[in-house]
Amino acid sequence: MNIAKPNSYRSGPDERGHFGIFGGRFVAETLMPLILDLEKAYTAAKADPAFQAEMNGYLKNYVGRPSPLYFAERLTDHLGGAKIYLKREELNHTGSHKVNNVLGQIMLARRMGKKRIIAETGAGQHGVATATLCARFGLECIVYMGAVDVERQQPNVIRMEMLGATVMPVQSGTRTLKDAMNEALRDWVTNVHNTFYCIGTVAGPHPYPMLVRDFQSIIGNETKTQMQEVEGRLPDSLVACIGGGSNAMGLFHPFLDDPSVEIFGVEAAGHGLTQLHAASIAGGRPGVLHGNRTYLLMDADGQIQDAHSISAGLDYPGIGPEHSWLHEVGRVNYLSATDDEALAAFQLLSKLEGIIPALEPAHAIAKVMELAPKRPKDHLMVVNLSGRGDKDVPQVGDILRGKK
Amino acid sequence: MTTRIDTRFAELKKQGRAAFVTYVMAGDPDLTTSLDIVKALPKAGADVVELGIPFTDPMADGPSIQAAGLRALKAGMTLKKTLELVRDFRKEDNITPLVLMGYYNPIYIYGVDKFLADAKTSGVDGLIIVDLPPEEDEELCLPALKAGLNFIRLATPTTDDKRLPAVLANTSGFVYYVSIAGITGAAAADANAVGEAVARIKRHTRLPICVGFGIRTPEAARAIAEKADGSVVGTALVDALKNSLDADGRATAKTVNAVAELTAALARGVKGAQQAAE
Repeated sequence: MNIAKPNSYRSGPDERGHFGIFGGRFVAETLMPLILDLEKAYTAAKADPAFQAEMNGYLKNYVGRPSPLYFAERLTDHLGGAKIYLKREELNHTGSHKVNNVLGQIMLARRMGKKRIIAETGAGQHGVATATLCARFGLECIVYMGAVDVERQQPNVIRMEMLGATVMPVQSGTRTLKDAMNEALRDWVTNVHNTFYCIGTVAGPHPYPMLVRDFQSIIGNETKTQMQEVEGRLPDSLVACIGGGSNAMGLFHPFLDDPSVEIFGVEAAGHGLTQLHAASIAGGRPGVLHGNRTYLLMDADGQIQDAHSISAGLDYPGIGPEHSWLHEVGRVNYLSATDDEALAAFQLLSKLEGIIPALEPAHAIAKVMELAPKRPKDHLMVVNLSGRGDKDVPQVGDILRGKK
Repeated sequence: MTTRIDTRFAELKKQGRAAFVTYVMAGDPDLTTSLDIVKALPKAGADVVELGIPFTDPMADGPSIQAAGLRALKAGMTLKKTLELVRDFRKEDNITPLVLMGYYNPIYIYGVDKFLADAKTSGVDGLIIVDLPPEEDEELCLPALKAGLNFIRLATPTTDDKRLPAVLANTSGFVYYVSIAGITGAAAADANAVGEAVARIKRHTRLPICVGFGIRTPEAARAIAEKADGSVVGTALVDALKNSLDADGRATAKTVNAVAELTAALARGVKGAQQAAE
């Protein structure tokens, strides 16, 4: 397929929510009026300086932004190549980048007069962020979480419950993130009149991929400013992990039209790409699920296949539609890291930098371990440290003890 | 273009009664039993047969139909075999309208043009694709109409007067009014509220309006048939099927009859509405 290069990589989506052939609004009629309302509300909010001012206040004083851009000196020395900077999204309130988007959506929900918030969650980071902001603004919060993930991310389940949210373990299908999303959509269809669906990633029907990206772009915008302050120029490369792809899109988007910046997304290769994995771009093809057309893992009949990743947050058989498009136009390179590579990176970063990463960004670190040594010492590489590893400590502890 | 759907609703209008529309999942619990069930439906009084296309992630369906789809997939059902089932059904029934209902991805992966051609030659009359709103008409709706298939749209309680014309614009065959905001098999609809909604939609279209979601009993089917041009029952039939299976989820000697008997009872309910309406 010959795909024409666009004049800008930052102009999407079109008015119908398409990034090339990807995206769209593939939802039941019951939801369609709601999605159109949301788009209208978002357009109005974007044009309202009071909305941005209020957001900025909470981003600074509640979330704790800007997050630092930290020079990882020992990791850099250890790998012996590119100069590695970590964008410290794990220092945000709630422990990951998810809060950036949730804050935006909760403020939109408030503008729309919605009092009941639902969310899906994989690792629980989006669920925790949603539960947190619902607590802060006095909103009812219901979080759908696959029963498998409830099991392997217990600390986050407990946190959500302490914050006053109801966690609904999802027993259908593969009992992971995709089924949590199905169940959240079923709840939304049933309770459309009073419910706002706070989607955690750059996927779903238009306008979600766009608005989540916009709320997450603060990551890349800050990085641009901070790198200018520290090094006086743009970074040379960006690396981020991808499940649905919101932390990656947030970092990448402000740099898409800077051609000198190499961009790498890292999918979860699970046990390996020839076995069970969660790398939709490496191992999937375009299909339609959860409101959008995008790369999906599926069989010859179009049935969605089980994804697998050690990381609950990446354990999803799809990817945000804008990533699918950026792959097809060749602007972003999509790589993948296995469970074992992520575990090794998890330990390396913990020991070298005193930072325990979540298993999700450990996938990004794993590829930094390959990419950085091949780059010169004046190459500036930014990796999005999208979440902290506290939630993974019990799981990784069990795995490491089991291996010994 | 006149399909079996158009012909059937014209006949029913002459008879002055509402249609009884049944839904079962293709390939549930296995291909052979499923074909026998589909063949039995018109004999038991179904006026229109809706056949579900199994899908792993049916976002608008409740637990019963989700489970039915998974049973079918586990038994090896595919979209290709669903079309073969329709072709086999047509060998002995060339009159009863048959509508495929499901989600877009299996069709998209099969290939839209190839699917439409194969569906038409197999004897499919119409399509209900839950996740294709009018905003995505170019995907399948317009090609389907061109291929001579009806594209039956869902209208819902959230579809207001302003939006209705867009929803009805490329709808043909009949309009499927989803009586509740919710998933299949959920709470029952209030017949009076349904009557008002049907009247509202009738102001925008001359197409027949069938009502589904939440109708489980002959009494409920009858109450809806007094307010609309058809009652759709799905989950109750799927539940009857499931209750007839053995402990391993396999068909038993009772399975086909279990579905047929409930179909007959529901059909009597719908036909009873004729007298009530007179």
